[in-house]
Amino acid sequence: MKETPLSNCERRFLLRAIEEKKRLDGRQTYDYRSIKISFGTDYGCCIVELGKTRVLGQVSCELVSPKLNRATEGILFFNLELSQMAAPAFEPGRQSDLLVKLNRLLERCLRNSKCIDTESLCVVAGEKVWQIRVDLHLLNHDGNIIDAASIAAVVALCHFRRPDVSVQGDEVTLYTPEERDPVPLSIHHMPICVSFAFFQQGTYLLVDPNEREERVMDGLLVIAMNKHREICTIQSSESPSSPG
Amino acid sequence: MEVDEPSSRPPGCSLRHFACEQNLLSRPDGSSSFLQGDTSVLAGVYGPAEVKVSKEIFNKATLEVILRPKTGLPGVPEKSRERLIRSTCEAVVLGALHPRTSITVVLQVVSDAGSLLACCLNAACMALVDAGVPMRALFCGVTCALDSDGTLVLDPTTKQEKEARAVLTFALDSVEQKLLMSTTKGLYSDAELQQCLAAAQAAAQHVFRFFRESLQRRYSKS
Repeated sequence: MKETPLSNCERRFLLRAIEEKKRLDGRQTYDYRSIKISFGTDYGCCIVELGKTRVLGQVSCELVSPKLNRATEGILFFNLELSQMAAPAFEPGRQSDLLVKLNRLLERCLRNSKCIDTESLCVVAGEKVWQIRVDLHLLNHDGNIIDAASIAAVVALCHFRRPDVSVQGDEVTLYTPEERDPVPLSIHHMPICVSFAFFQQGTYLLVDPNEREERVMDGLLVIAMNKHREICTIQSSESPSSPG
Repeated sequence: MEVDEPSSRPPGCSLRHFACEQNLLSRPDGSSSFLQGDTSVLAGVYGPAEVKVSKEIFNKATLEVILRPKTGLPGVPEKSRERLIRSTCEAVVLGALHPRTSITVVLQVVSDAGSLLACCLNAACMALVDAGVPMRALFCGVTCALDSDGTLVLDPTTKQEKEARAVLTFALDSVEQKLLMSTTKGLYSDAELQQCLAAAQAAAQHVFRFFRESLQRRYSKS
């Protein structure tokens, strides 16, 4: 389905409101929407609601052979999917630009910042390591997908428990959850993305833009930080809908 | 709205605890979340909406069903479930009232603890009702499992499904509990099929009563 185009009068209305420091939902410039996190019955399953934007996250693990150039490290795999439920425009063939951009940002934020200790995921060096797979599904699009997705990924990784393994000489024993309690992942820090939307060539700034504000913004700055005030990722980009 | 069922289920008669929530997503025209025990499915419906010229049907609505698993890419089991859900919905939705439009049902598995197809059917029905799509009846899904000594278990868990000799899923309509769709896996006799169908029809009464009560509660609040 095609995206309903934004009418000129709505665009003008939103920009005028932003110039007068007003947001449609009554928030201030630096206000975040309310965040609600709920957990599912499986380990590693969580649903994050950032205002009306909803993301489902699920972590799963599997024993695989490691990559050739990283024989003692586990593998982390992230996959964000924009479900067709989230917005009528998210059809399978049509969202590739946005999807690639979000996936790359999520990977840089979580993998390159080394928030998960991949050395602890090694079982037998060179032969068997854990592959941790994080699947994120966007269920409802009301703006600021990346923040909600990064929160869901971090929360799901913290909630997840992997099966316990013991290695004795050449023998590797994988315990079922009934035999031995599953073990949490070793997490160094939690990077969370914060998005800033820019309007009127950078004159005005808003934190946590909702879907309408995202449609009229000129550019977006995403900063991922952890609680130790370390910057994990910065990305500044032009909005696809901005003129020129 | 929840229905209480005894926690240690005597075989053959009771369904797991149900819960349903409607209109929880702001973008889709209709949405619902259906919970059966620990199995939970979220459904979103868009429609009747614009349809691609290649997919349009001149005298009725084009119905599309998309089922997404929680982990991994969708594969053949998802495609086959989509087909089954679509044929059930096509039998019930009054597509002739909206020709050359599309009605899309998107299902997301939130957790799978057995009877997934039945839960998907129930979630899809509630979401279609929430979206206001005209239907000639409601429909529901019921799963039965037959274990090796012939005992019938309704709404089986994953463990019961794995150990069962046969697993049968039925989609029934609300007017006369007629069979809309059935899919079965495993070995069973003709008499056992009739026995399962009768048990499913009895269970469907409970499900439809739950649908009716939850809708009444929702609309009486205003």
